[in-house]
Amino acid sequence: MSGQKVTLAKALNMGLRKAMEDDPKVLVMGEDVGKLGGVFRITDGLQKDFGEDRVIDSPLAESGIVGTAVGMALRGYRPVVEIQFDGFVYPAYDQIVCQVAKMHYRSQGRSKMPMVIRIPFGGGIGAVEHHSESPEAQFAHTPGLKVVACSNPVDGYWMIQQAIACDDPVIFLEPKRQYHADKAELDDSEAPEPLFASRVVRRGADATLLAYGPTVKTALNAAAAAADEGRSLEVIDLRTLSPLDMAPVYESVRRTGRAVVVHEAHVNLGLGAELSARITEECFYSLEAPVLRVGGFDTPYPPSRIEEEFLPDLDRVLDAVDRSFGF
Amino acid sequence: MTQHPGFGPDLAEVFGPAAQDGGPELIQLLTPEGERVEHHDFRFDPGAGVDEAETIRGFYRDMVLTRRIDTEATALQRHGELGIWAQLLGQEAAQVGAGRALRPQDYVFPTYREHGVAWCRGLDPLKLLGLFRGVDQGSWDPAERNFGLYTIVIGAQTLHAVGYAMGVQRDGAVGTGEPDRDTAVVAHFGDGASSQGDVNEAFIFAASYNAPVVFFCQNNQWAISEPIERQTRIPLYQRALGFGFPGVRVDGNDVLATYAVTQAALQRAREGQGPTLIEAYTYRMGAHTTTDDPTRYRLSEDVERWKLRDPIARVQVYLKRNGLADEAFFAAVAQEADELGVHLREGCKAMPDPAPLSMFDHVYSELTDELTAQRDGYAAYLDTFEVSAGSTTEGAAR
Repeated sequence: MSGQKVTLAKALNMGLRKAMEDDPKVLVMGEDVGKLGGVFRITDGLQKDFGEDRVIDSPLAESGIVGTAVGMALRGYRPVVEIQFDGFVYPAYDQIVCQVAKMHYRSQGRSKMPMVIRIPFGGGIGAVEHHSESPEAQFAHTPGLKVVACSNPVDGYWMIQQAIACDDPVIFLEPKRQYHADKAELDDSEAPEPLFASRVVRRGADATLLAYGPTVKTALNAAAAAADEGRSLEVIDLRTLSPLDMAPVYESVRRTGRAVVVHEAHVNLGLGAELSARITEECFYSLEAPVLRVGGFDTPYPPSRIEEEFLPDLDRVLDAVDRSFGF
Repeated sequence: MTQHPGFGPDLAEVFGPAAQDGGPELIQLLTPEGERVEHHDFRFDPGAGVDEAETIRGFYRDMVLTRRIDTEATALQRHGELGIWAQLLGQEAAQVGAGRALRPQDYVFPTYREHGVAWCRGLDPLKLLGLFRGVDQGSWDPAERNFGLYTIVIGAQTLHAVGYAMGVQRDGAVGTGEPDRDTAVVAHFGDGASSQGDVNEAFIFAASYNAPVVFFCQNNQWAISEPIERQTRIPLYQRALGFGFPGVRVDGNDVLATYAVTQAALQRAREGQGPTLIEAYTYRMGAHTTTDDPTRYRLSEDVERWKLRDPIARVQVYLKRNGLADEAFFAAVAQEADELGVHLREGCKAMPDPAPLSMFDHVYSELTDELTAQRDGYAAYLDTFEVSAGSTTEGAAR
């Protein structure tokens, strides 16, 4: 497969396939994941090749999907469940927060919960309400869960396999806007980076942009535009939201003295608030300006005709960079 | 109020005086007076080559000891040794009947009140107390005796049971005809939980995948202060039909009937015939928990009426009247109960508080860097106090 150029959707599909080939205990379950291959086709062809016992079309009940996956995990399986859209995860909220997240803890490590909950997240696809949410902070706030977000095909391919191999429950966020957007070359011969590690995706010297999932592309575009104006922006793809991998962030901010967090989620009590607090605690004497946040406004996700006003874009990111330099 | 014909039953019909003994659908093999009765579909069968009287004496012993666990734990709460206790008084037959019908390979998902089932699974009852004392959140290994941890969020475990049963199916441990291999899963819940979405979703998933699961609902008539008619306007067991699998109502105070019905439902599951709902019709003689005051919401005459249907007394009467147990047997069981009481009292008081830093253990399969930093920071903070020497690493007995 080396040299193959694939979309994020295809890369995730290939990663799932590889994980299922490598471990017969891996099961895929969710709404429409079988014959249809999922509404985004991430599980395309898996049921045909692995059978209905391993790729399970579920009744339309999210709590049921996650709750039964808990039982499968207790029986020794590694369920990978698909929540069809971000806004549909809330019926499963109790199972995720009270059961999945706490099973290992309550059992004093006796009952492992190796489960992956895949959630297509974020906006920008012109969808009706409940289809464009960014619920990551709700899960990152919950001890016992790990939360990661992929931003590109190469990460998608590796991260899904690593999440499945992880003995802890992982909320796996997939930027749905990126599913079919860009292609990248997969090279199976190269060893992947660790799952719970952030990564500098563009080197820069003047300010640090922190992004994950769909806003990595936004941040990279902003950095490219800033370069035209003579500003050198570093971009970090956080990749892991819980636990956070702050070492590369601190290293970067100590160099640049400025940080701007970019996410689609509401700014109030979003990941940016935590990042800002930690950077302030650790890099206080290196900071030239307060950490600034660019994100979704603290409104419900708006009607799709004005969603681009809600979502952080290149200009709002650069505006925040300007404000950072204004201090 | 006039009912339109053809639109279902009147609540008075379902819960009125005629139905208060469980109604005509109630499966009973031993009456409250201790008389054995026949049922056209179910009979008590302890198994080939097993002495029937011996088995029933065993049930009596299980129920007496289960009740003792309950009364001791209640007393320990009153003495301040437990923070709270969820009482099972009156539900001993339902739990022992259901618990004794299991085979070792079967798996149980309990609520927080299944002390009698835990007893049947061979769990040291002392282990049940840790959760209620506040020293752990479940101290037993679920895989060791196929008995899950207690679940507090009402009904959540019913989905776990169905998922586990789906795993059993995938392991090929259903319908092989091998008695030691074919496996059933039991989901315990109560009448209150029957209103939860999770329980209804569990019914749907179990039916859809024909999962080898038995839904065992102890209808003890009360969800804290809310009576059964707040949860349902038809008998609970009848709900199963709407989901596409059989439901039965058994006298939950009759250990022989509960055993027989559960055994049959488990066998259906093991053979691959899918889920069953058992409504064990019983009564919560105690409070919801030790923090509850049932005198605020129910009549003592109801409690008095149910006292006449005591699950233990009827077995005792049966054994005595038929000469199946002598005074020495009853004395021996009483003696054993006293010893169990001592075990629980002394064991409970000796349970150490967990070490403060143990709260950081097992959040994840490996401690994360973030939690390591928090733990080490708190340890350093504790070490600034003189008295903390050692307390960060070892539990201190109260």
